[in-house]
Amino acid sequence: MEFDLPLIWFGIIIFATLMYIVMDGFDLGIGILFPFIHDEDDRDIMVNTVAPVWDGNETWLVLGGASLLGAFPLAYAIVLEALTIPLLIMLLALIFRGVAFEFRFKSGAEAKPFWDKAFMFGSITATFSQGVVLGAFISGISVSDQQFSGSSFDWLTPFSLFCGFGLMLAYALLGATWLVKKCQGELKTTMQQLAKVLTLCLLLTIGLVSLWTPFVQPNIALRWFSLPNLYYFAPVPVLVLACGWALIKSLNRDDNYQPFLLTLGLIFLGFSGLGISIWPHIIPPNISLWQAAAPDSSLSFMLVGALMIIPLILVYTFWSYYVFRGKVTKDAGYH
Amino acid sequence: MFDFDATVLARIQFAFTISFHIIFPAITIGLATYLAVLEGLWLKTANEVYQQLYQFWSKIFAINFGMGVVSGIVMAYQFGTHWSAFSAFAGSVTGPLLTYEVLTAFFLEAGFLGVMLFGQQKVGKNLHFFATCMVATGTIISTFWILASNSWMQTPQGFEIVNNRVIPVDWFQIVFNPSFPYRLAHMTVAAFISSAFFVGASAAWHLLKGNDTPAIRKMLSMAMWMALIVAPLQAVIGDFHGLNTLEYQPVKVAAMEGHWRNEGDKPTPLILFAIPDMDAEKNHFSLEIPGLASLILKHDLSKQVPALTEYSAEDRPNVLLVFWSFRLMVGLGLLMIFAGLWSAYLRRKGSLYSNKHFLRFVLVLGPAGLLATLAGWFTTELGRQPWVIQGLMRTQDAVSSHSVTHLSISLGIFIVSYCGIFGVGYRYMMRLIRKGPGIEVVTSH
Repeated sequence: MEFDLPLIWFGIIIFATLMYIVMDGFDLGIGILFPFIHDEDDRDIMVNTVAPVWDGNETWLVLGGASLLGAFPLAYAIVLEALTIPLLIMLLALIFRGVAFEFRFKSGAEAKPFWDKAFMFGSITATFSQGVVLGAFISGISVSDQQFSGSSFDWLTPFSLFCGFGLMLAYALLGATWLVKKCQGELKTTMQQLAKVLTLCLLLTIGLVSLWTPFVQPNIALRWFSLPNLYYFAPVPVLVLACGWALIKSLNRDDNYQPFLLTLGLIFLGFSGLGISIWPHIIPPNISLWQAAAPDSSLSFMLVGALMIIPLILVYTFWSYYVFRGKVTKDAGYH
Repeated sequence: MFDFDATVLARIQFAFTISFHIIFPAITIGLATYLAVLEGLWLKTANEVYQQLYQFWSKIFAINFGMGVVSGIVMAYQFGTHWSAFSAFAGSVTGPLLTYEVLTAFFLEAGFLGVMLFGQQKVGKNLHFFATCMVATGTIISTFWILASNSWMQTPQGFEIVNNRVIPVDWFQIVFNPSFPYRLAHMTVAAFISSAFFVGASAAWHLLKGNDTPAIRKMLSMAMWMALIVAPLQAVIGDFHGLNTLEYQPVKVAAMEGHWRNEGDKPTPLILFAIPDMDAEKNHFSLEIPGLASLILKHDLSKQVPALTEYSAEDRPNVLLVFWSFRLMVGLGLLMIFAGLWSAYLRRKGSLYSNKHFLRFVLVLGPAGLLATLAGWFTTELGRQPWVIQGLMRTQDAVSSHSVTHLSISLGIFIVSYCGIFGVGYRYMMRLIRKGPGIEVVTSH
């Protein structure tokens, strides 16, 4: 039997991206929620809920980049060159917030407010840039003769900026429901209130992005609104609404785990909507994943490792989350 | 010396970001192993000194690791943003190697780091030790893959070129390319030396301040044993690495030696000092020892080392930079070997912890391992120029098509942010080191 190696690798990269969005999503979300929480102890608790796991979460971003380079070198080269500016902004923002995890606790009282701000603005900027990257990617990238042929600022459109705001809402909701799971008392109540507002805003944003996307790319309109596709894809928006409704109910019930799980569901649905829109292009709107794929000798070499090791990674990642399970209290940090 | 065109700016940015980055993994590799040894010794001997040192160095390790992660993500994306032609051409080889590094090393390090730093009350002692060992193993595996990738760019094999793209043919040949074993050994040992002098200088500082505690003494003692053993070992590995370079990248060796031309069958001298002049194709103010380069590189006084003028000017690296970065590395290496030998002498005499001259010398050598590592990388990377992949792709053909303005702005932002952030991180590390290992027990943690 012949395996469609490019397709398998496309699947693995989608999986890595989804893992990244979900896992770094909630720890970036915590930074986005900083403006709503002023108490220093509460901020320490928020950071301590993710301090043991954030390195691992961010590693999925590295896996996404590395496997895109290995499996689809052409897509890596063209997409990254086209999106250099928002990507560099994202990388710098990730540096500021990443070092803030350690620096907040080791800087001493006088510099801590600075690193709080670095964590907050770093998280906000990194998320916004990722949203812009996503929006610009959906809108399509100019390619001629297998090279990027647009300009440095092609990514800067109202649609991509709107996607930036949309992703901030999504990560903030992930962060809020994560904190509902990990915190107690007043902090938890605050997060439940915030999560409700964020859910409504996010549903509205998903709606707007869905309506807007077809206008950005005519191909996408054709994909969604032609028959019989419409019947197959109609469940996606219905499920989004159902998920959002269940999320609000669950927050009202004071559940611990369900709000976070339902947010994951919401993110997953939004992501699959994106997948339906761009399939099978790895450089929208014209270059398919098969055209951009690396030779089979690269893909099969990588696949052996991926199939053996990714399950192992999931096991010890799960174990690490299990070790740090339960509510985080004021004195939980090691600092 | 340079026109600041797009290629040069992109190269400066790459050199700047990777130079900052490599400092963190170099220390991470050494410290992770050191921490695993400390914890193992603590479990075996129950000596509290090891436990104190573990607590102390794990905090410094945490800061260093965080900075390594965030500066490393930049590297994984910079290949595409700034070197898109290189990525499109050779991503089929470097991409899978990088992917293996992420899968087998980065996840292992990051996955067990949380338990290592925050999990002492959450898991049993043995499981915690296991987590530390996994982090240390991850750092070594990471070295393996990234050096396979870099070495392939120095001595490529196991591929063919179809439609102007590299097609991997034999992965065993690609990974175990001719320069890989030497480079891997050289860099791993460099990381151990860098960390040994980092730790040793910290101990020396405390002893000079009069903080003479069992933990501080243990720190200096372990660091100096390490220096005594691995610094001379590094010289031997370096010699083998040099012979390998002579075989596969002779023009790089010619530049390292500042050797312009062979006259008659006169053996090649070793140049101690010179200002190489690329336009005039000669050295100014040259101070040389006759025949020594032939002896070191050929192990034979009747054989000559290849000379720069045997290669056309467009295929030569920047001789001035390669020549001097190589000398900086070797010079620092000799000083570190001397420190190791001196420590052995003082240890025999029983004044290792009290000889002020020695302690000051070790303190000054604190950054020597890191500087030598950087100088070595400058030698090998600049020495490969004008190629990004030796013989296959020139650096000027590898770069993305960004404008000079764009590249200047992004380079400026990187320089300011890196110096700011990592400068502050360095200050926090120094502040922790000044505090010194305290009498901490696990429960107060």
